[in-house]
Amino acid sequence: MQSTSHAFKDNARAALANQTLQKAMRHVKTGFIDKRAKARAKLPEFDDLRDVARDIKNHTLANLDFYLERYEEKVIASGGQVHWAPTAEDAVKAVLDICKRVDARVVTKGKSMISEEIALNQAMEQAGLDVVETDLGEYIIQLRKEPPSHIIAPAVHLTKDQVEADFRHHHRELPPERSLSEPVQLVAEARQMLRRRFLEADVGITGANFLVAETGTSIIVTNEGNGDLTQTLPRVHIVVASLEKVVPNLEDVSTILRVLARSATGQEFSSYTTFSTGPRRAEDPDGPEEYHVILLDNGRSNMLGGEFQDMLRCIRCGACMNHCPVYHAVGGHAYGWVYPGPMGAVLTPNLIGVDEAGHLPNASTFCGRCESVCPMRIPLPKMMRHWREREFERHLTPATVRAGLGLWAFFARRPKLYHFATGLQARLLGRVGRAAGRFDALPFARGWTKHRDFPAPEGKTFQQLWAERRKAEGRR
Amino acid sequence: MTTAKQQILASLRRSLRRAEPSAETRAELEQRLAAPQAHLIPQRAQLPHAGQLDLMEAMLQELKATVVRLPDEGEVPQAIADYLKNENLPPKLRLAPRDDLRRLPWDRAPLLEVEEGIAEADDATSLTGCFAGIAETGTLMMASGPEAPITLNFLPENHIVVLRASQVTGSYEDAWQRLRAALGNGTMPRAVNMITGPSRTGDIEQTILLGAHGPRRLHVLLVDDRPGAPSQD
Repeated sequence: MQSTSHAFKDNARAALANQTLQKAMRHVKTGFIDKRAKARAKLPEFDDLRDVARDIKNHTLANLDFYLERYEEKVIASGGQVHWAPTAEDAVKAVLDICKRVDARVVTKGKSMISEEIALNQAMEQAGLDVVETDLGEYIIQLRKEPPSHIIAPAVHLTKDQVEADFRHHHRELPPERSLSEPVQLVAEARQMLRRRFLEADVGITGANFLVAETGTSIIVTNEGNGDLTQTLPRVHIVVASLEKVVPNLEDVSTILRVLARSATGQEFSSYTTFSTGPRRAEDPDGPEEYHVILLDNGRSNMLGGEFQDMLRCIRCGACMNHCPVYHAVGGHAYGWVYPGPMGAVLTPNLIGVDEAGHLPNASTFCGRCESVCPMRIPLPKMMRHWREREFERHLTPATVRAGLGLWAFFARRPKLYHFATGLQARLLGRVGRAAGRFDALPFARGWTKHRDFPAPEGKTFQQLWAERRKAEGRR
Repeated sequence: MTTAKQQILASLRRSLRRAEPSAETRAELEQRLAAPQAHLIPQRAQLPHAGQLDLMEAMLQELKATVVRLPDEGEVPQAIADYLKNENLPPKLRLAPRDDLRRLPWDRAPLLEVEEGIAEADDATSLTGCFAGIAETGTLMMASGPEAPITLNFLPENHIVVLRASQVTGSYEDAWQRLRAALGNGTMPRAVNMITGPSRTGDIEQTILLGAHGPRRLHVLLVDDRPGAPSQD
């Protein structure tokens, strides 16, 4: 998809003023967080499992070439094919070639972030294919011609009234007087509309949550069952997966699965975890006749061995964005590309460049909640700092910020002057603001005071208070 | 001309700052694949078998599936007839083509219409067996094959599963070991479906609703087939 990450600030401003979006986002702030906390509390081993999961993925990444080759051997041995795709264009071409060869008309899809990353739907539609997203959230945003705003809940930015309006607009063949005000009615209508499409599809495309080297298996983790209908009913199943999805064996993936759903939706396990190995066998009564895996690199091999390698452990649970105050405030679309929230702020500059996406790693309060909930223990704030450093080195940081940092650095290198200046400032602001206890406007801090008050200092700096406390303790 | 595969592998090795893995490393990795080791298994998954059965039942109920325990497989037809009647569903079943289901005493529920095969678009209810029950999360493991069409697990709106007590294990790892014992190391059925409760979605304002695309109802008949079980005396 076309990125608007460079316009993050404008996007964010518009999102903050969008009342419908703000209403929809209210559900995110509490729902996901409470559910994850409950699931964690129910499994005493949860945090230890996160350590094990991290170690499994680190081991895999250190031997990624070996495991990918082994994975391919096993896919071939089970009658499937692997198509290695260095770039998004290569991956799209591989999919289109298969669709053309089998003379496909209708293509159903399970939710896949990789297919968003490579802009697969647009390319297939241009090639004349009838593409149908079958995950309920993806179906809704396909009707609206919007990108997903969350990696596991693509339509989380919408209210049910908006969905009702979309269904009434697009499902013209249904009686206009039908009732659609309840979510249960909306789900039933989507089920009814999509059932026919599942049965007429020629090709089914899914992503993969994991690939297993031991057995040549691709795994999807879903709740609706649409992914399974997508990959079971058509003649051809195509898996689009990025290469870091591979894990060595079934025991490894079992450990990671224990932390995935709990971190994502707070379920102990998702409704459907499906392991697919090759096409239908001679004795099988159903299943696809062809099985293809598109193995996408798209910049990931360059992340290996560097300061962003840890990001390749990501299992796309969405916990980081579910717990992110910035994501809560602006929603996913403001980030301007496929991956929003903290994981997007780290991954997006890797995939489309820091020139385009440099604002994203700056869209953080560094509160650290993302890292504290990440099932794979990815140090997201640290990596956002790496991007800020790179931006600074490459002179992509705005002049005002550079000047401000320069000024701060001047004082920071002169501790006595620094203490004197900050002490003076704290005393001054403390005295002026004593009556009100806060400022609603301050010179040089308009960006802050425009949206909230600035609390008045109590007259001393942190360092002064610290020194006093140390002294008091020493005397005791 | 370098192929796309060579290009990607070369890029990975450049980033890893090494050539292909050494013979020694390769041997270690081969060993890790050949003899898979379980990692940390939660306490909850390590109960004795009777505890596993109770946990399996409790987890299924928490998932909004329904469970009936039967002392004898001969009671399955009547239990299904009762269930369909209570749920106001048509007395009609699409049966997985397997012997143990086929030879159940269907004449004990004469009003039930039973037909074998893969799922058709208008089938309301399917009846399948399963490969294992995983108590840890109330998960049913289905292994596809001639006796287990995958469509039966997803297409009908109601899915009834016969789970035998002897099939219930504690953890996912236990179930993989059983599968390896049945098929050999490194071999998988074309599809393994781990089913944990009915189909659900939270895509509209985070309201959890059942029956998005897969079965709205999941009903498990937990049949006691342990030797010495009271009913088999």
